Amino acid sequence: MLSGHEMQNDGLKRTPLASLMESLGGKMVPFAGYAMPVQFADGILKEHKWTRANCGLFDVSHMGQAFVIGPDHETTAKALEALMPGDFVGLKPGQQRYSLLLTDEGGIMDDLMVTRSIHPHFEGWLMLVVNAAFKGVDFAQIASRLPEGVRLEAAPDRALIAVQGPKTAEVLAPHCEDSCDMVFMQSKASKIGGIDCHISRSGYTGEDGFEISVKSEYANDLARLLLKNKLVKPIGLGARDSLRLEAGLCLSGHDFDETRTPVEASLSWAIPKVRREAGGFPGATRILRELSEGTTQKRVGIKPLGRAPAREGTQVHLDGVYVGEITSGGFGPTFGGPVAMGYVRADLAVPGTKLELMVRAKAHPAEVVKLPFVPQNYYRG
Amino acid sequence: MSKLYYTEDHEWLSVDGDTATVGISTYAAGQLGDVVFVELPEVGKTVKKGEDIAVVESVKSASEIYAPVSGQITAANAALEDAPETVNEDAQGAGWFFKMTISDAAELSGLMDEAAYAEFTKE
Repeated sequence: MLSGHEMQNDGLKRTPLASLMESLGGKMVPFAGYAMPVQFADGILKEHKWTRANCGLFDVSHMGQAFVIGPDHETTAKALEALMPGDFVGLKPGQQRYSLLLTDEGGIMDDLMVTRSIHPHFEGWLMLVVNAAFKGVDFAQIASRLPEGVRLEAAPDRALIAVQGPKTAEVLAPHCEDSCDMVFMQSKASKIGGIDCHISRSGYTGEDGFEISVKSEYANDLARLLLKNKLVKPIGLGARDSLRLEAGLCLSGHDFDETRTPVEASLSWAIPKVRREAGGFPGATRILRELSEGTTQKRVGIKPLGRAPAREGTQVHLDGVYVGEITSGGFGPTFGGPVAMGYVRADLAVPGTKLELMVRAKAHPAEVVKLPFVPQNYYRG
Repeated sequence: MSKLYYTEDHEWLSVDGDTATVGISTYAAGQLGDVVFVELPEVGKTVKKGEDIAVVESVKSASEIYAPVSGQITAANAALEDAPETVNEDAQGAGWFFKMTISDAAELSGLMDEAAYAEFTKE
């Protein structure tokens, strides 16, 4: 049986769903060491809009899944709190949190999801899902810093399927053994079509949806079952990127990296009050100071006022002077125009501020806007 | 009677006497995916073969359009500014980018005809 992800001749790894994606018309491209579908026959624009209207199925098995396992919840949670600014001790069974893996200087190594199992059998386990591009360094960093008695177990034998869009709950309902009726950022272990899964109501498109972790050998059966529903179409990484950008969500390594702190990256909301009061996470001195005194730059939404998209790396100017840079930019199919985000001088990080984007050496007018570009549509009960 | 040429950058030229209409090939439009923005050259601009003079952007990426031959831009397809999707719908017709004069007809000899381009794009 397949354990981990097979490597093919070109040096790219294949997820358990790669062949299925290819057979469905996926145009495979290298991404984070994997052959992944960037789009299907419909193309990015249609796939994006389909997901916002119906249900898109994404193979995200390239992402890193792991369990951090300790003797009890508090011990495991505290071990992770020493590495991230999230409140994991306060996680209730079945709850999921978005958090940030920090360097000792308070820079962001990666963002991730941390989930506490709802089942007493897994007391002391927290499940992590990290970005594909960083899973090696993330897991090494975490493993090397866990205290005695707490360990990290990577789960390369698991696939991950994201189903996203307003019709997703309707699609899943007939297959869920017990109800899949949880709210945003809640999870449970259950069966879908008789297959054991970890299901969380989350995702990275701004839509209601679920991420389903499943043993690799059952991934194809599960994906095929879901794709039988006419409301479900396979969606590529291209649309995944435009969906998350419209939703104002960061792409790790682009919209932040080790040189940016959570405060600069406008992710202070991921540092709850209890952690601000007690500190005790990497870079806490700097981050707590920045929380009260501010930073020199801030991540903001930037809307080009013309039709030309401004891509990553585009300089942002004010009256001809450099004030920042675009970190993600493209076209928002649902928004119906170009969308971007990036870093600007903190005093300019105010919606309505007019800026210039230097696209191909010409200044194009733009303005700072509140994120997201398209309203988030999470299910909160 | 116009003659159709292609460049290795997947542009087509329909040449009629000493003028050419230029766009990107149907194959290129398919590879690029949904076109969401086109930046056209200024009419009257003198261009050298190989110079980047226009841009076509899909959801995912931006690609340069090069002058396929040397000459002067005589027209730009302003309709693409409001309807860039025309490039996908009719790449080698209504989706044309610009028209230009050809200052050195000898430059055409390095280009491909329909059959050669079909071979060039064969996978």
